[in-house]
Amino acid sequence: MWIEPNETEVNRVQVLNETGKLVRTYPQICDEELLGLYKWMVQARTFDQRALKLQRQGRIGTYAPMIGQEAAQIGSAFALKEQDWMYPSYREVGASLVHGVSMENFFLYTMGNLQGGTSAKNANVFPVQIIIGAQCLHAVGGAWASKLQHENSVSVAYIGDGGTSQGDFHEALNFAGVYKLPVVFFVQNNHWAISVPRSKQTASSTIAQKAAAYGITGIQVDGNDVLAVYSTMQEALKRAREGKPVLVEAVTYRQGPHTTADDPTKYRQNTEVESWLEKDPLKRMKAFMIDRNIWDEELDQKEFEIANEKVTKAFQLAENTPNSKTEEVFDFVFEQKTKQLQEQKSSIGTEGVLK
Amino acid sequence: MTSMTMIEAINLTLRKEMERDNKVVCLGEDIGKNGGVFRATDGLQAVFGEERVVDTPIAESAIVGAAVGMATRGLRPVAEIQFLGFIYEAMDQMAAQAARIRFRSAGTLNAPMVVRAPFGGGVRTPELHSDSLEGLFLHSPGLKVVMPSSPYDAKGLLAAAIRDNDPVLFLEPMKLYRAFKEDVPEEDYLLELGKAHVLKEGEDLTIITYGPTVPLVKNVVEQIEKTQNLSIEIIDLRTITPIDEETILASVQKTGRAVIVHEAVKTGGPGAEISALINEKALFHLTAPIIRVTGFDTPYPVPSVEDDWLPNATRIGEGIKEVLSH
Ligand SMILES: Cc1ncc(C[n+]2csc(CCOP(=O)(O)OP(=O)(O)O)c2C)c(N)n1
Ligand SMILES: [Mg+2]
Repeated sequence: MWIEPNETEVNRVQVLNETGKLVRTYPQICDEELLGLYKWMVQARTFDQRALKLQRQGRIGTYAPMIGQEAAQIGSAFALKEQDWMYPSYREVGASLVHGVSMENFFLYTMGNLQGGTSAKNANVFPVQIIIGAQCLHAVGGAWASKLQHENSVSVAYIGDGGTSQGDFHEALNFAGVYKLPVVFFVQNNHWAISVPRSKQTASSTIAQKAAAYGITGIQVDGNDVLAVYSTMQEALKRAREGKPVLVEAVTYRQGPHTTADDPTKYRQNTEVESWLEKDPLKRMKAFMIDRNIWDEELDQKEFEIANEKVTKAFQLAENTPNSKTEEVFDFVFEQKTKQLQEQKSSIGTEGVLK
Repeated sequence: MTSMTMIEAINLTLRKEMERDNKVVCLGEDIGKNGGVFRATDGLQAVFGEERVVDTPIAESAIVGAAVGMATRGLRPVAEIQFLGFIYEAMDQMAAQAARIRFRSAGTLNAPMVVRAPFGGGVRTPELHSDSLEGLFLHSPGLKVVMPSSPYDAKGLLAAAIRDNDPVLFLEPMKLYRAFKEDVPEEDYLLELGKAHVLKEGEDLTIITYGPTVPLVKNVVEQIEKTQNLSIEIIDLRTITPIDEETILASVQKTGRAVIVHEAVKTGGPGAEISALINEKALFHLTAPIIRVTGFDTPYPVPSVEDDWLPNATRIGEGIKEVLSH
């Protein structure tokens, strides 16, 4: 029997449609959780917008905005238990905040402070990964460690649609399947990898179906529907905890530029962006909560004010943190400095000339 | 002659080479419609089509490995690695495949390909976007390693790299892409790979450098010569494989003193190789120990400290003083 390409039917999980109306039986999510999910989304968006502004003022460095992906990030991270580990890429501010990284830490990272790499000190979150795909293998190894040490911990790798082209991604899925590891690969398919559309990244009609080739479970979910993401991720984590790795594809959209250094008008149509603004994740959830009588415009406005204050405080903390010193870079190469590193560290006073 | 920046010179050269030889194809991430994140390939896809200017999926090993395949079967691929720091992903294809195909086929096959990548610091990038990794490839026999320091050099060297019958790693100093313009002839010219450029003659001291640090060294020397009675020779290597022994040795034999400047980390870097070469072949002409002014032996640091980590004017000045103190 020939296995023809793209034969498998992939049904996208959706709970709320674009206008915030229920389209399937309501998953068991209590009002408190609904409010929690939405408030995190508000914080993520507020942080994101401020970061963009600060970058334009030259007060922080290059920033990769996540606007449009709040449901995917918050919904997925909200399902994690404290003992679970997150292995993020560079666009995961929302998810990382939920799992315990401070806003201040993110500001320090974008300000080019060495302290920006310390997420793992207070939260089970790996430092931001720049190399596309590399984090998938770390998540595999982390999951393997938790399996061998009998810890009840799932490792979650966050990656983009473009990242699924990288060898590391495929090797990670393969290992996960072979060793039955407690790992979830959470792909945010935001339709673009810088200037390259998803359609040019892979000939597969979905990313979720790639799971099949590695003998693991795959699922596609509406990534702008926070309830769909949250309930799907809960199920994925449950399976992973039993040693059944899962690949989740959250279909979402990068509303902003790739980073503050990118000009998307060069490669994509404004009409496409506009059509996705209609599907905005916050808008949808807000409409649902108002319908449910647990939210209103006044509360909404207040929530944005609270978030704004939080961001302001975090930025003040970051700005008041002393800049990294050149001397410090020698301290983190090895546990103990080699003779050469010691010499080089003390040569800072003599401009690098060894005396 | 047109006055242009280095990025314009690179773009022009790619265009001319693609016009001249229809075997030349470009491949890489975001090089098509977007024209590359630095616009090195801007407009090329519109002229030569999607078959010859290819936006690839994100997979550096595949980009370089496929280029090896293409090159051994009649094409002349020019692959772009978006930032040199990402070439670790393609390390096997670079060092164990492209570099060795001539050797392991006993000369039956060869890979006429170019891998272009921006590199070098001072532009406040995220992690792994500023690393100078040329030393890894200097240490991989079978690869040529080329680094222009000006628009004129970029054009002549890139054209030579594309027409070379061996794999060439062509490293473009990011900081110099738009730093200055100079006159570049539209017509065809080549700069020989393996030939250094004596930028300025001098008697008392030789500074050996390449790529991103060349304009900096020129400035430092200009300042020093204004205020002190000194004459300093500057060599821009242009390529570190092949390395121009003759030019280096002739200069050091004349001046007796050498300072080597590069952004790559110190230990096992190009400076170590150059210094060893001088020791082996011109030791008795030296009147002072050779000094290396380089990046320190750490991963490339965060933006807030990179200016101190890199060889800067003060550090180069101190290095020169030290060598002259003997
Ligand atoms: C190994 C590697 N290659 C290339 C890059 C440059 N790069 C950074 S982000 C990006 C696009 C990634 O797209 P995707 O995986 O869809 O994630 P998104 O940016 O959309 O969140 C590329 C090519 C990189 N950081 N690392
Ligand atoms: Mg993407």
